[in-house]
Amino acid sequence: MFEQLKFRDQNLASRIAAKIQEIAPKNDVVKICHVCGTHEWTITHYGLRSLLPPTVEVIAGPGCPVCVTPASEVDEAVVLAIKGVVVTCFGDVLRVPGSEQSLLDAKAKGADVRVVYSVLDAVRMAEKEPSKEFVFFAIGFETTAPSTAIEILRKPPKNLSFLVSHRLIPPAMELLLGIGDLHIDGFIAPGHVSTVIGLKAYEIFPKAYRMPTVVAGFEPLDVLFAIYMVLKQLREGVARLENEYVRAVSWEGNTKAQEAMYKAFDIVDGEWRGLGKLPSSAFRLKDEHAAFDAREKFRVRITRGRDLPPGCQCHLVMIGKIRPTECPLFMKICTPQKPVGACMVSMEGTCRIWAKSIR
Amino acid sequence: MCLAIPAKVVKVQNSKAQVDFGEGVLREVDVSLVDVKVGDYVLVHAGYAIQVLSREEAEETLRLWREILEVESTLGPK
Repeated sequence: MFEQLKFRDQNLASRIAAKIQEIAPKNDVVKICHVCGTHEWTITHYGLRSLLPPTVEVIAGPGCPVCVTPASEVDEAVVLAIKGVVVTCFGDVLRVPGSEQSLLDAKAKGADVRVVYSVLDAVRMAEKEPSKEFVFFAIGFETTAPSTAIEILRKPPKNLSFLVSHRLIPPAMELLLGIGDLHIDGFIAPGHVSTVIGLKAYEIFPKAYRMPTVVAGFEPLDVLFAIYMVLKQLREGVARLENEYVRAVSWEGNTKAQEAMYKAFDIVDGEWRGLGKLPSSAFRLKDEHAAFDAREKFRVRITRGRDLPPGCQCHLVMIGKIRPTECPLFMKICTPQKPVGACMVSMEGTCRIWAKSIR
Repeated sequence: MCLAIPAKVVKVQNSKAQVDFGEGVLREVDVSLVDVKVGDYVLVHAGYAIQVLSREEAEETLRLWREILEVESTLGPK
């Protein structure tokens, strides 16, 4: 059984931590950036930063799909809910702030908003209640997009359409490299996105940007070994693409999933909360599937929203420029019970993860 | 959101499979994105198997880790 394998072995952990200490630079600080909420959870939950020397800093990039969804797209979902459409979404999406209100606020006012575990639940609900119009608010990175694509290609019931807000990870990593004063030295790439898009999707980072890049799994030892692998490359003065998560990630990735995504979606420029428009970073339904596009079907398209409430520093937390504790609202007026910014709403938001672990 | 949980395939029927998340917790998941057979381990994300896990590769990872740890430091001072 996989769970019996020793991916959380404390003895191994302390030994790899010693190796990291040994290989880490003695004076210069290196900054390793990951791009996944689940990686941040592993790092914070297991206290991995406490095992690292002061010269090794691990920062969290925009790896939380709920956090990066712009307010304008939440506003579209809210408008649909208020119009009387049944809006279905993942649980995390319910509280993410729009410009004025969240889907939960709309639900509190009587709108029919339902949490689903899977897009398949939305399909079944629509089949069961043919007199109602349903929308699935499709948020998520390449891990989630194939399931949306599969259901669209299967021709869902006519009373179900999709508000597609999927985003792609590699363009976000490129954005980080374009931020002059961030000075990232290496990447830890997200394991589950990589099961779909494959190792090949990151080739550009070592090749064009000379950026050591290691795809990592989510057990504490996976992350520690990935940190070691990045440090070793830095030490040797090389930039390679390496795979720490070989048990799930291949060079090609999941070609069936990729095929489904590219049959259902075109790649377009996309807005990211507080970060502006990133080129080729979002999926949009292909014209041939326009009948299932909620934006077309209900003529709802909002292009501008208020991404950040006053004082909220989510956009800086999301690119790893500041730690949550450096935001003036953190745990003062922005708490897991009463979140102000998107990073405190989602289970994968860096602020939420930090808030849960510092108590 | 990108969380995926390993599970063991116990029954396959067309595009659906019964999988065991451990402790006998069975759920039906969609397996149309992967090629699976009974006994395989899959990563499940939001009701869909997104990848088949390789047990050999998992063991290989552990072996590599040990190898890294057993290598005497050959790095000179930086």
